Amino acid sequence: MASFGFKKAIIAVLAAAVIAPSGYFAGTGLLADGREIIFATTTSTQDTGLLDVLVPIFQKQTGYFVKVIAVGSGQAMALGERGEADVLLVHSPDAEKKFVDGGFGVNRRIVMHNDFVILGPAADPAKIRGLKSASLAFKSIARSNALFMSRGDRSGTHVKELKLWQESGAGPEKGKWYQETGLGMGHTLNVSSEKQAYTISDRSTYLSLKKNLQLSVLLEGDPALFNVYHIIEVNPDKWKSVNAEGARAFSNFFVSRDTQKIIGDFGREKFGTPLFYPDAVK
Amino acid sequence: MGRILEAHGLRADRRAMPVLRVGEFYLDEGEFLSLVGPNGSGKTTLILALLRLIPLREGTVLFRGKEIGRISPAHRYRRSFAAVFQDALLLNTTVYENVAEGLRIRRTGRRETDLAVMKNLERFGISHLKSRNAARLSGGESQRVSLARAFALSPEILFLDEPFAALDAPTKETVIRDFETALKESPAAVIMATHDMGEALRLSRRVAVMREGSILQTGVPEELMRRPADEFAAAFFGYETILSGIVSGTFDGSFTVSVNGRTVEIAGEAGAGSLVTFSISPENIMLSGGPVGTVSARNTFQGRIERIILAGFYYRVRVDCGFPLVSYITGHSMELMKLREGGEIYATFKSTAVHVLQVR
Amino acid sequence: MDLMANGFAEALRLFASADREIVDITILSLKVSGGATLISAVFGVAAGAALALNSFPGKRVIVGIVNTGMGLPPVVVGLWVTLFIWRSGPAGQLGLLYTPTAIVVAQVIIALPIITGISLAAIQNIPEKLRFQILALGAGRVRYLMLLVREARLPLLAGIMAGFGGALSEVGASIMVGGNIRGYTRVLTTATVMETGRGNFETAIALGLILLTVAFVINYGLTAIQQRIRS
Repeated sequence: MASFGFKKAIIAVLAAAVIAPSGYFAGTGLLADGREIIFATTTSTQDTGLLDVLVPIFQKQTGYFVKVIAVGSGQAMALGERGEADVLLVHSPDAEKKFVDGGFGVNRRIVMHNDFVILGPAADPAKIRGLKSASLAFKSIARSNALFMSRGDRSGTHVKELKLWQESGAGPEKGKWYQETGLGMGHTLNVSSEKQAYTISDRSTYLSLKKNLQLSVLLEGDPALFNVYHIIEVNPDKWKSVNAEGARAFSNFFVSRDTQKIIGDFGREKFGTPLFYPDAVK
Repeated sequence: MGRILEAHGLRADRRAMPVLRVGEFYLDEGEFLSLVGPNGSGKTTLILALLRLIPLREGTVLFRGKEIGRISPAHRYRRSFAAVFQDALLLNTTVYENVAEGLRIRRTGRRETDLAVMKNLERFGISHLKSRNAARLSGGESQRVSLARAFALSPEILFLDEPFAALDAPTKETVIRDFETALKESPAAVIMATHDMGEALRLSRRVAVMREGSILQTGVPEELMRRPADEFAAAFFGYETILSGIVSGTFDGSFTVSVNGRTVEIAGEAGAGSLVTFSISPENIMLSGGPVGTVSARNTFQGRIERIILAGFYYRVRVDCGFPLVSYITGHSMELMKLREGGEIYATFKSTAVHVLQVR
Repeated sequence: MDLMANGFAEALRLFASADREIVDITILSLKVSGGATLISAVFGVAAGAALALNSFPGKRVIVGIVNTGMGLPPVVVGLWVTLFIWRSGPAGQLGLLYTPTAIVVAQVIIALPIITGISLAAIQNIPEKLRFQILALGAGRVRYLMLLVREARLPLLAGIMAGFGGALSEVGASIMVGGNIRGYTRVLTTATVMETGRGNFETAIALGLILLTVAFVINYGLTAIQQRIRS
């Protein structure tokens, strides 16, 4: 008797192994059929939850399937350079220009902005509260050897941070007080809070994580802290496999009047202030 | 009575075992052959080679004249056989399934399988264990399952490798009896490996003595016991009196051998000056308080009792009369003769009771 | 302390309300890791048995590779699979990157050596004499293998459990080849990482608890089967 049950079990396992790859994950063919878009973006847009609102609307309107890959701006553009993504939403203007000039991206359009804030422990050991310029604040942090957490991941925020160090004349040969997490914005904020370190963050991510953080906004409002997001379509002339049509549709969706209104309203209810300011429709 | 199994020029090896070299081997229809020899003499290797379970370096095995394992796969031939090993080697399932497995492999019908299984469980007195997991049986029960599994297949040849060696004495006796009954009811040719001479003598029609991978001697039990091929065989058969000496005189039909300065007369012929090794079985050595002057027993030696050992129903007496001799006597004779260690004694044996093992 | 308590409370709430998204993520995790385990079990047990029962030149090397593979870091697997199935990679035509199938592929690479290695040991541990006995019963090749697998079923099941554990708990490969796409390739582990990054520690803790519960229930079930087989 036992041997018959055993035989059946083996047959079932074999059958399952054969069936599994086909139709096991309902509604997803193995071959790319032009109906899916790979969308590489920054962690800040995913971690705030903005994309969870926008992407389903787009999918419902157009029938496209959007694969959101949340990485840093640097990695997003690296994917674009290899044709592994179709459309990018990034916030690293200098790198973006290089990307487009290099012929990797086309139709770069502004979507929205917010700003970066410099955060740190309320005690503010480096005494940056009240300073007017971000680069001065960085210089002060360096001089006081106060702990500073960097993303260290070539993300838009990291690139911005490096630019500020350059302007301050304090970097980049830094000491023990300067540490890199190599993680996304949310994780870096958590680490900074735990270690009571200074750091720089986009305001939107900071606001959405604020309730768990023991960090204060110590410096804001410097025009140098302006944080702008552009959407860029990956150049289909470079890579045949890129879904140019879908990328264009998705890009158009982002700068459309309705979408821009949703962006402007996003977070207003929860945080009392919008997380992003739409820029595409003036 | 034809040959059911033959082997020619076998050579095989298994790691850490002596190389098997068996020139000629045969088994007759319905015959019971025992392979005897100490551990490591190649009995198991020979059985594995005959079953074609280990690769042969050289040689062929023929079943009813057809070569096993060349033309068609060996497992088809193996379905005419059954094997029982020293450890019962049961599968981790119920007793019933264990006995049924071989039949399932043979694609025997369900009813027929059930019948054969039940019959053989009954034969070996283990019907009540049929739903028990085979991993939870005693040694005796396990070996009964293994034997039932073998008999359920109605094999033409039954291979047994030390099937009773792991059992304690009382269990062994009952298992052997059940086995004998089963074999009588369902006859098969049998090849049994054992290191127990008693088992071999009791069960088999023919015995092959193995040593270091080779067959030393083959024969019917009585003849083998009477005439061991050499010193090794004699020792293995239980001969304790094995002596050697130089031929000192030759006569018509007999000769004398000088052993440690004493002269022993032996029936037969041997050239003067040659080295002779011989044995005397214990029941042929008579012990007495004084010299015995009979004509036919000219070998009488005075000696001292070295050691008296109780060996079951009799005593083993070791005598030093210039050379060692071992004799068996009953407890009754012991008392009658008032034997004690260190005491004086006379040992007598006939010249015809001496078995010459080797002349060099 | 507060956070942990809230985490448990949130976990209970998510359980109780059968939150649609969480349920979907859990089901996807089970489908992906279960599928990967099933495939790995079929090939792993077969490969383990083949390695255990045959000797051939280069066997040592292969066994060495299998044993090394038992400890493959998921991120390394993720990286290599990504390189392979990129649009511009050798298998780019299949369009596998950022799909559940890609995660299955990566998890098979993680689970397969684990199951193969444990199967190899399990089959090898069957005494040579028992193998002889099975052959002496007249078993042909297929029956022989089936009986060996049945004989070694307890350690084999343990190997499959270990493979499933490795697949279910890995995050590095899932996030790289799956992309943590909402409603598509977001599994329990990648969702946990993401929720932690978002600062939603309660949800992260809840997801972690669900992961543990799922692993526990499945292993408990398999152990129960083991016990039943044993008796």
